[in-house]
Amino acid sequence: MRIVILGCGRVGATVATTMCRDGHYVTIIDKSPDSFRRLTADFTGRQVLGNGIDEETMQEAEVDKADAFLAVTNGDNRNIMSVQMAKVRFNVPRVVARIYDPNRAFAYSELGIETICTTCVGAGLMRDLILGRPFGDIHEYTHLGQEGPENE
Amino acid sequence: MNNKNPMYVIVVGAGKVGYHLAKTLINEGHEVLLLEKDRNTVDTFSDSLGELIVHGDGCEIRTMSEVGMGRANVVVAVTGDDEDNLVVCQMAKRKFGVPRTIARVNDPKNEELFKALGIDQTVSSTRIIFNLLEQQIETGQVIPLAALKRGDIEVVEASITASSSVLGYKIAQLDLPQKTLIISVIRDEYAIIPHSDTKLREGDSVIAIIKSEHEKELRAVFE
Repeated sequence: MRIVILGCGRVGATVATTMCRDGHYVTIIDKSPDSFRRLTADFTGRQVLGNGIDEETMQEAEVDKADAFLAVTNGDNRNIMSVQMAKVRFNVPRVVARIYDPNRAFAYSELGIETICTTCVGAGLMRDLILGRPFGDIHEYTHLGQEGPENE
Repeated sequence: MNNKNPMYVIVVGAGKVGYHLAKTLINEGHEVLLLEKDRNTVDTFSDSLGELIVHGDGCEIRTMSEVGMGRANVVVAVTGDDEDNLVVCQMAKRKFGVPRTIARVNDPKNEELFKALGIDQTVSSTRIIFNLLEQQIETGQVIPLAALKRGDIEVVEASITASSSVLGYKIAQLDLPQKTLIISVIRDEYAIIPHSDTKLREGDSVIAIIKSEHEKELRAVFE
């Protein structure tokens, strides 16, 4: 599988390295060259330096040939915009955005974008660990912490 | 000033554009709320805007509810970051049903993407200034006269000289690009409404309306 990852932070670098080990073709984009130091020595994919919501960078990273696009920068809006760009401009079949804000994550999942709200998932796992409950399905955690006009 | 049709406009981002836009709308009698993330900027403008400037993140659902996004007629996102402007407008539209959203686009390449993603209108100052400049520069025989629809459609003038390749041609014989309409021929200070048999003479000015993207092809026709 060809995957493009935007954001070489701890999560981005970890996903990149493990998928690379599993034999996938990984390209990772970050605007800071220092961030690529997080990749371990066995990362054999491509590194692309640039701004992830810039079409030229996306072209350089060959997003148009990707089977999946993952956005894990530390900006929710940056992740939201880049996955929509990957989906609409580059026709990537599967896009996933990490979103910290539970409300925004839920709103965009309703719009058909796969989102992972690490805030909700992390909070849910911690709660279950404290209470000694078995861990649940990811979807059970997605609604935690959500608030908004449609909530009573 | 009284306004017969006051709107409730929420402006997100109190940079220079946001601040002056808010002031202008207030003077026109509209109900305005300016939302800004940065506390210092809010403090700077609160002397002149009072309660009309609010500290908060325009992408946070709680803030959006508090400022009454649900009853806004228009939301205008004019921050310096395209990703923020996109999310403000998409959330306003999808979560709060705001009928009209306008986004400032800092990178002109994002204009098409924003339209594809459901933003009603986009404004790119880069694009507007570029279009204005282009109209000032003489581009051979074809001179842009006016831009309609923010520059998507142009009215252009082509001069017929003694060396024009189309001198003596009938309008019907011109190999015009798509989406081009010849609306007039100016001859000896008179505007003629041409028909397919009108022959082009030296000194004529041909006025055409054209989609901007075909301007280059039109230029080639009149070289």
